[in-house]
Amino acid sequence: MAFDKMELRDIEVWDGNHAAAQAMRQCQIDVVAAYPITPSTPIVEGYAKFLADNYVEGEYVLVESEHAAMSGCIGAAAAGGRVATATSSQGFALMCETLYQASGMRLPIILNVVNRALAAPLNVNGDHSDMYLGRDSGWIQFDAYCPQDAYDLNFIAFKVAEDHDVRLPAMVHQDGFMTSHTAQGVHTLTDDQGYDFVGNFKPMNDMLDFEHPVTHGVQTEEDWHFEHKARQHNDLMTKVIPKIEQAFADFEKLSGRKYNLVEKYNVDDADVVVICMGTSVETAREVAGEMREKGIKAGVLGIRVIRPFPFMQIAEALKDVKAIATLDRSSPNGAAGMLFNEIAGCLFNTDTKALLSGYVYGLGGRDLTKAHLVDLYNELQANVDAGKVTTPLQQFIGVRGPKLSFL
Amino acid sequence: MANTGWNEFEIGAMLRSFDGKIDDIAGTLQEDRAYSQNNSFVASVADWRIEKPVFNKDFCIDCQFCWIYCPDISIIARDKKMIGVDMDHCKGCGICVEVCPTNPKSLLMFPEHADEETELAKWPAKDEEKK
Repeated sequence: MAFDKMELRDIEVWDGNHAAAQAMRQCQIDVVAAYPITPSTPIVEGYAKFLADNYVEGEYVLVESEHAAMSGCIGAAAAGGRVATATSSQGFALMCETLYQASGMRLPIILNVVNRALAAPLNVNGDHSDMYLGRDSGWIQFDAYCPQDAYDLNFIAFKVAEDHDVRLPAMVHQDGFMTSHTAQGVHTLTDDQGYDFVGNFKPMNDMLDFEHPVTHGVQTEEDWHFEHKARQHNDLMTKVIPKIEQAFADFEKLSGRKYNLVEKYNVDDADVVVICMGTSVETAREVAGEMREKGIKAGVLGIRVIRPFPFMQIAEALKDVKAIATLDRSSPNGAAGMLFNEIAGCLFNTDTKALLSGYVYGLGGRDLTKAHLVDLYNELQANVDAGKVTTPLQQFIGVRGPKLSFL
Repeated sequence: MANTGWNEFEIGAMLRSFDGKIDDIAGTLQEDRAYSQNNSFVASVADWRIEKPVFNKDFCIDCQFCWIYCPDISIIARDKKMIGVDMDHCKGCGICVEVCPTNPKSLLMFPEHADEETELAKWPAKDEEKK
């Protein structure tokens, strides 16, 4: 091959950004169209350096905006290339129009989203506002809790997205700064292992197939639009989850690392469970372990795949739980919170009559401390003991001023 | 096609131009191409037109100006000879008439409902004052 391979140690000290960039190198992305934005900049910068240093055979297209970045990715993917990019926050917001184009056109682009708050006020730190903004866009969404996850989930995302039964774009989320800029030990794959896992790109309806010309990005009105959207939703609801489970199983065989649609930590015999995403999952696990020592049967349910939402798997995981807290790291701005609503939907028609309360936390990178989680588990236990939710249904954690709660 | 269900078409917002594999499409005349049902070639947009061009071959010098200038590839020419106008795709813009260099013009615009034979019969004579 025309490019050089890189010798990696079994464990490298990487932050989440570098881990994602290394995975993109090992997957041999053909085209990255990018408009770098904090805190995701080092991902596309990393790819560009690997390309300049002859570790990748591909193209790096520096464009004039995130809208153009995703548009470039769409064009390259429609042409028949393996395509990826990265963004955050305002850049993600500017991409929004084109996100729907990418998924509707069924183009398997991988977007690394380093989660960051949305202005105003302007803020470069991590929360899940941008992640939530993308949740109806028709993409598959994976959530990494640490640099290792960010590395591994890139391979899994390509494997699932490019499957001809799926052909949908996928996001790999990681928390801005908390994951993206925190260096940790990352178990690596060799270049051959990584590439062989995702395999050669298999084009489908590609524009560079000159013997079968296609028009991409067509217009449909009331006579056709509904059928296209229904097909996309059907494939997200029925085809994607089995493919993700297969990819998780294959990845475990390769690496020994096991991923799940929902990551259960001490959930099976738990009375009280915290449901959250991103780096908070790791903090909550540590606190849950400590609560067990105090006699509270605490567990943590981490959402690994946000879209398609693992509705049945969550209902099953929570069936014997008595009190649940959902932690939304994005301001619901006039509603109960995405996780609160989704979990309520999962459980409403089941026999599980768990007490459900929602919390909003960590906006703009505000810390979620272990002390916060200790209080939270104690509140859940108090709900269990009282047999009802003893607090308002929506509370804010870690905000200054008079205690803020609603519903 | 109109009754196709959500599960019965190829995924993606894409349409195929031709049925099956193509070979040397540039060397194949339009009438011999296997256009798919989705290709705009098979759709008539004649009803977009208010005025239509009428072609009078008696004055045409086959200069091909109209063929070059037509924005809708609606001038039909074969072996560098002007044959007529593709009335399924012509939108009546009048550019062919504008660029026609003959005296009198070999293409003129008429209302969509005008009878072609009648208009050809009373075609304007050569304008002697025009150089």
